[in-house]
Formats: sequence, C-alpha cells, structure tokens
Amino acid sequence: MGQLFHSVLLIEEKCRGCTRCIKNCPTEAIRVRAGKARINAERCTDCGECIRTCDNHAKTAITDSLSRLKDFEHVIALPAPALFSQFGREVDPQRVLAALIDIGFDDVFEVAYGADIATFLTVEYLKRRRKRGPAISAACPAVVRLIQVRFPALIDCLIPVDSPMACSGKLAKEIKSQELEIPKENVGAFFITPCPAKVTWVREANKLGTFPVDGAISISDVYGEISKRLPEVSPPYPKLKASPTGVGWGRSGGERIAARIAKSLVVDGIHNVIDVLEQLEMGKLPDIEFVEAQACIGGCVGGALTVLNPFIGRMNLEALVDKSETPPNLFEELDKGFNLRNRLGEFAIQPDIVAVPAFRLDQDVSRAITKAEMIEKVVSELPGLDCGSCGSPHCRALAEDIVQGLAVDTDCVLKLREEIEILAEQLLEMAKKSPPALKENDTFSKPGE
Amino acid sequence: MHLEYHVVGRDFQAAGGAAAKIKRTLRQIGIDAETARRVGIVAYEAEMNIVIHAYRGTVGIDILPERVNIYADDEGPGISDIALAMQVGYSTAPEDIREMGFGAGLGLPNMKRYSDELEVESQVGSGTSIRAVINLPTKEGS
Repeated sequence: MGQLFHSVLLIEEKCRGCTRCIKNCPTEAIRVRAGKARINAERCTDCGECIRTCDNHAKTAITDSLSRLKDFEHVIALPAPALFSQFGREVDPQRVLAALIDIGFDDVFEVAYGADIATFLTVEYLKRRRKRGPAISAACPAVVRLIQVRFPALIDCLIPVDSPMACSGKLAKEIKSQELEIPKENVGAFFITPCPAKVTWVREANKLGTFPVDGAISISDVYGEISKRLPEVSPPYPKLKASPTGVGWGRSGGERIAARIAKSLVVDGIHNVIDVLEQLEMGKLPDIEFVEAQACIGGCVGGALTVLNPFIGRMNLEALVDKSETPPNLFEELDKGFNLRNRLGEFAIQPDIVAVPAFRLDQDVSRAITKAEMIEKVVSELPGLDCGSCGSPHCRALAEDIVQGLAVDTDCVLKLREEIEILAEQLLEMAKKSPPALKENDTFSKPGE
Repeated sequence: MHLEYHVVGRDFQAAGGAAAKIKRTLRQIGIDAETARRVGIVAYEAEMNIVIHAYRGTVGIDILPERVNIYADDEGPGISDIALAMQVGYSTAPEDIREMGFGAGLGLPNMKRYSDELEVESQVGSGTSIRAVINLPTKEGS
C-alpha cells in the first residue's frame, strides 16, 4: 500500500524535544530522538492530541491549499457543520456560505446536509442489522483509525455507511455534473475540515480509488477570509439546505439526537473514547444500540483545526440548532429526492476498514512471544518512574523499544547514572591499587616472617 | 510465556490493571483479535472477583502455542455454592460495591461463556482457585 500519509506533522525547528506529546499520545506513536519528536506512521490516528498539547506549536497538519481550486472546472465547498460555530451566536449560516463563494468556490454543498443523509443511512442500517450488541458510528475518522490500530475486535461493530463528508461530496458531484453537463472528474469537491484525521482519510481514500472528495482545507485557513467577508457579503445568499439536526452533528451528541436512538452512548475526547471502547471490547455494554464516539472534546467543534474554544463553539452551534425545527418528514423527503433507499449499497463506507497490527512485536508469533518475555525482564530492571526523559512515553515503552532495537538501556538517565556509579567505584578501586614500590607496608625486606 | 500479577482486595483504583497489561501483551504478540478479546474478558472478570470478594490474590496467564491458560488464586471467603455462583445474576457482592456498578452477578458466567474450559475450586473461609483455558484458533480454522 506504500507509505501511509498522515496529516499530522512535526515542524522540526520548533520542536524542543520535550516530553509533552509523547506522554499524551493515545497510541504511543511518538518518540523523541536526537532532540526531536518522531511520529510512527502506523500507530498515528491523526487525532490531533499532540497538536493541542505542544506548547511550542511544533505539531501541525498538512491540509490542502486554496490554490488547488484551479485544478477543476467547477469547485464545490463542503463546509463541515462545525464551521458555522466559529463566528458567534448570531451568525446567519447563509452568509457563511456566501463568504465561501466569495473566497473562490463556485458552489457550496453543506456537509450538514450530508449529515441528514448519513442519519437516514444510519437508521436504515440499524433497522437491517443482524449482529447484536452496540453499533459504533464511523463518522469520526480518528476513532475509526483507533479501532483499526487498538481495538480490531470492534471493527465488525462499526456502522459501514459513508460519513456526512462523503455523502455530501457524492451528491454534490452528481448534481453538478448533471446540471452543468460536465464529467464528474471535472467537478472538484473540497471539505472545509475541523480536523487532520479527515485530511488523512481523504488522501488515503483517493490513493486507493475514486473518492467523492478531492481535498480538505482547514477551517483555520479560511477562518480569517470568512470573518473579513461576513459583514460585506450581500444577498442572494446560497440557501441552507441542511436541517438543524444535521447542523447539530458538529457537536458531540448530535448524531444521537438526529437519529433519535434511545439506547445510545455518547463519548468525546480520545482518552474517554479509549475507556469506552475497552468496555465495549469486554462486552460490558450489551444493551446499548448505538455508540457515538468522537476523538475531540466537544465533537467536531473541538477539532484541532478549528479556531474557537470547543465549548464556545458548542454554544454557538447550539444557538443555531435551536433557532429552527427539523421538519418531521425530513427523511421521507430525502429518500424521495435522492432515491436513497434503493441506493444503500452506493453509500457503503470506503475505503475498507481493516485491522492495522501496529503494536505487534514480530510477524512471527513465537518470536513475538520471546520478545514479550524479554520486555518483561527489561521492564523489571527499569526504575519505573515513567519520566519520559529517554524519549519513550514510559518505562514499559522504553523496554519495548530496547527489545525492538530502537533504544538502549542507558537511554534511561537513572540507568546511566547507575552505570556511571559502578564505573566510578571501579575507578576508585583501581586508583587505590598502588605498585609495590610505593606501598608503605613493605613485606619484601622481611622474608620468612 | 508466563505473566503474573498481584491483586489487592477492594483496591478499585488499580482494578483492571492486570487485565489491561495482559491485553497489551496479547496485542504485541499478535494473537488474533477475537481470542485476545476473550482472554481479556476472562482475566478481567477473574481480577475483579478478587478485588470485589477476596483479601488478596494473583492473576496470571500462560501463553502456549495452542492455548492460553488463565489462573486466579485468592485468599478470601471462598464460594459456598459454586453451582449457584455460576448462574447469571447471582451475586454475593455487598451493597456498596453494587452501587459502584460492580457485582452484577456476571463474573463467573462470563468467564464460563468466554473460555473453552473452566474449573473453579473453593474452600469456604480460605479462598478460591480458578483455572480457565482458551484454545487458540487452528491455522486451518482461522
């Protein structure tokens, strides 16, 4: 499959080699080596936790730039619902859409509208689902990746329907290529993203086949441009197609509210998500029907590429959601409009979700067992301070790195100090040994005594 | 490979720690996800039984080429009626522990459900010993 693309990236010159990011990474994907953080591509989920915790702003996300718009005959912006949360409580979302057009897009197609469709698809899937136990939303790409890397036994529980982003891109391209009578490939669709994980998803999916979204531009990159234009844009504005509950997907709990599933569990923040997935893996929550899990605190409004504090963003988005009512016949209208019920197969999630054994010590099980035994031995000899000074997140991780040949025991400062002490004692011992010519108690002159 | 952990009765802060370490090692060894999940559940329930009911004990596993053996030995009050304890929903956990969300009477039934063999021996007033076996999927069958 080639080298995995990751949106999250280190800015070498800003990294001071501290231990913040390695300590906070939920998949232990980061090590500090030669004074710089290194990210393990297989383990990274692009959750953005390191971007948030780095005080030196040395972690960033690769996103697409607006210059890519010129590669297409017709370009459509796919704004994430969270975008509307960034401009205060009173903003008219249609003005935000107008500002996007002003920036250089030919059209907009709200991902919140895609969320309405994804809600319909989710409900339809749950109706038909045979498997018992909780079904987990696959809308958050960092959570999906986390499951691939750390909870492969839960892959079967993921709801295999397209994300709101993919639904929007697919329909937007379909509609525009028909309307303008141009091939779909000439229509570009760009997600305005709150998070790096979506950027990665778009890139990886495009590598593996045709994907209805061509790129992802960060909310923080267009924030300034939109803010500047908001007071100036004039009608007619593009009409907001999404329902309030579709817009509500932008904050955690929104999926549950939209799909109206009673027995559901909502969790946000990647460390909380891990705790809940642990419980799910152990079969601890058998009566839950639906799990909405999001890597960012607050949901997408808390994405690492948003500008506002997640809680303020949430408040703003909720003000917008509360302004109007979701039409009771929303799903029937969508189904009629897009013939969804007969096209369910077309909205299956892509690419395929497979296990990524990023923690496996060795391809060969017996060699892996030998290594695991060595790790137990090494870890018992380490101080257990979990200080991170060695560049690994804790002593056990250092032990793993040592066994894998990626570190040595004297990378541990306390181990090093111990060895120096032993060496110093040996030196002292040696220094005390003087040649017979200098010794005070001469035994040579008194032979036979 | 052999792993063994000490478990302290009533230490709910550390509860689940042994099972978490076992799961981490299984993930590193690359045992298939479903087997790892089952071992994790059995080890967790064994650990929680000690935390809830006993004074202290040990939980351990042996990973062999064709199976994983799990054992738990504790010093505790023991189980007077094992057949009853194997029934779903039967619990002798005190009220305060049930209020914490534990002691729902699923411990032993879950261990039975997720293991291929399970043996429980207990002496009232002295302690309980549990032995569970989970077979690894054969190459053809997996």
